[in-house]
Amino acid sequence: MELFVFVCAAAMVLVGAIGVITRNNPVHAALSLVLTLFGIAVLFVANNAHFLAAVQVIVYAGAIVVLFLFVIMLLGVDQAEDLSTEPLTAQRPLALVVGIGVAGVIIAAIVKSQDALLVRGTGINSATLEDADANIRQLSRSIFSDYVFAFEVTSVLLLIAVVGTVVMSRRQHGQHVEESA
Amino acid sequence: MMQILAIDPLLTGELLWTPLLIVLLKVVVVFVVGLLATMLMVWFERKVIAGMQNRIGPNKAGPFGILQTLADGIKLFFKEDLIPERSDRFVFKLAPYLAFVPAFLTFAIIPLGGDFRGGNDGLVTWFGHQTRVQLADPPIGILFALAISSIAIYGIMLAGWSSGSKYPLLGSVRASAQMVSYEAALGLSVAAVVLVTGTLSTSGIVARQSTLGDWNVIVTGIIPFFIFMVAATAELNRPPFDLVEAEQELVGGFNTEYASLRFALFYLAEFMNTVTMSALIVTLFFGGPQPISVGSTTIDIPIIGNALEGTVWLLLKVLVFLYIYVWFRATLPRFRYDQLMNLGWKVLIPASLGWFILLAAQRVGQSAGWDRYVVTIATALVLLVSYSLLMLAQRTSTNERKRDGVMF
Repeated sequence: MELFVFVCAAAMVLVGAIGVITRNNPVHAALSLVLTLFGIAVLFVANNAHFLAAVQVIVYAGAIVVLFLFVIMLLGVDQAEDLSTEPLTAQRPLALVVGIGVAGVIIAAIVKSQDALLVRGTGINSATLEDADANIRQLSRSIFSDYVFAFEVTSVLLLIAVVGTVVMSRRQHGQHVEESA
Repeated sequence: MMQILAIDPLLTGELLWTPLLIVLLKVVVVFVVGLLATMLMVWFERKVIAGMQNRIGPNKAGPFGILQTLADGIKLFFKEDLIPERSDRFVFKLAPYLAFVPAFLTFAIIPLGGDFRGGNDGLVTWFGHQTRVQLADPPIGILFALAISSIAIYGIMLAGWSSGSKYPLLGSVRASAQMVSYEAALGLSVAAVVLVTGTLSTSGIVARQSTLGDWNVIVTGIIPFFIFMVAATAELNRPPFDLVEAEQELVGGFNTEYASLRFALFYLAEFMNTVTMSALIVTLFFGGPQPISVGSTTIDIPIIGNALEGTVWLLLKVLVFLYIYVWFRATLPRFRYDQLMNLGWKVLIPASLGWFILLAAQRVGQSAGWDRYVVTIATALVLLVSYSLLMLAQRTSTNERKRDGVMF
């Protein structure tokens, strides 16, 4: 049963991921991304990480991809893009190198920690079985005690992004007249 | 593996035939009840609005025109199914289902009955198995509803985009902007409920609201309920927030190009969402299937058994909110788009966040043994100062934009 769920979810993730990079239409690519995110949410549920699954759907599928679609629709780039001309010539070879590098690092990490991966984890599992809210309690306790510094730094990072957006989209006095006229 | 779906005692232990059949039965019943409720809601809305406007309303099909929706459905079924030339065919066909399925999924987590009185946990025994009168009681509980409501945006957004026409696109961009904006306020007011009840599970939330004084509408101090109600109306795209289908401006909104069964699915999803949202309001703030009881006296409905009584109470409470939604529609004029965004971002989100902080401060003060009134007043002052600062910033930016001639 567990294997079956894993295979289905993994297939969803892979099909979606391949769709993201092969689809010419940006809206279709974004929808493939949703499929991938859902597959990951299913994998979370299969590992009893219910809260993570819910957050995955609410934040990634529900907010971030919706924003992607928004930008695509508002900018009107929803026609198939011309992929033959490349604005940045070094981009593709560089992407290839980085991609192979990341894959290599992940494989190396898996091979290195082979022994640890074969042992079945128990932490979240046993707690979730006793009490439905234990999962979220554990998570919040570690976020707001052990990792509170990292958590706050991340929120400051988001704040910087917001301030940056406002500064960049702001016009100087008198500058707009020519633009908007 | 069995813990995936629920903490429902029915689903723990090994896989047997009877629990499986009970679950299947529940699925069928919830589906049928959902469809019937939607059908009756369409009729109810038309009839009540007609009453408020001194008309008769549907009165031909069946007694009091109650079968009018059925007649409309059959008629839609036989209409020609049009697919516009310039549409994106796959997404165009997919979108109605993306709107319809989430509308039904939320219904699955609402406790539809059961005996919660006197500290009972709402369990009933069917065919020798203990279970809950709700399709699923997932550990993430109410977060499931939020996740589903964020998925529901896709149906509307993709319907407008894939139609290959400008009015539906405008309608769907409006709709998704509106839904994304109000989702934050919705989530924050749900967070207030979760904070005071201390559980995410919907049956747990219902179980904590046994007397009138324990209802979350009172425990959370009424403001989260108002915010939830307004945000929910905006999420549903119902009047006065129905800019999505502002007929005068957009022909018919995101579903302009749809016909036949696909249109019916959108229509059904809209009313289904209204029913579900009302049930969700009742579950979160008004005790769900709990009877009204003050102190130790409980209003008891005679004849009906205790477990079934919960269903009757839920039905009555949901009816009140359905009526309020219809009332809104008949009474309130539509918001302008900038008013809508101002209300969402500058009033509802700060208010729900501030109220949440106030509730949290009270809890912290309680466990630390601080004076209750001092904590409340101090927090309120801090919040007031921050809100004034926000207002000041807004006024400055508005003045500046006026001076620049960007805004009038």
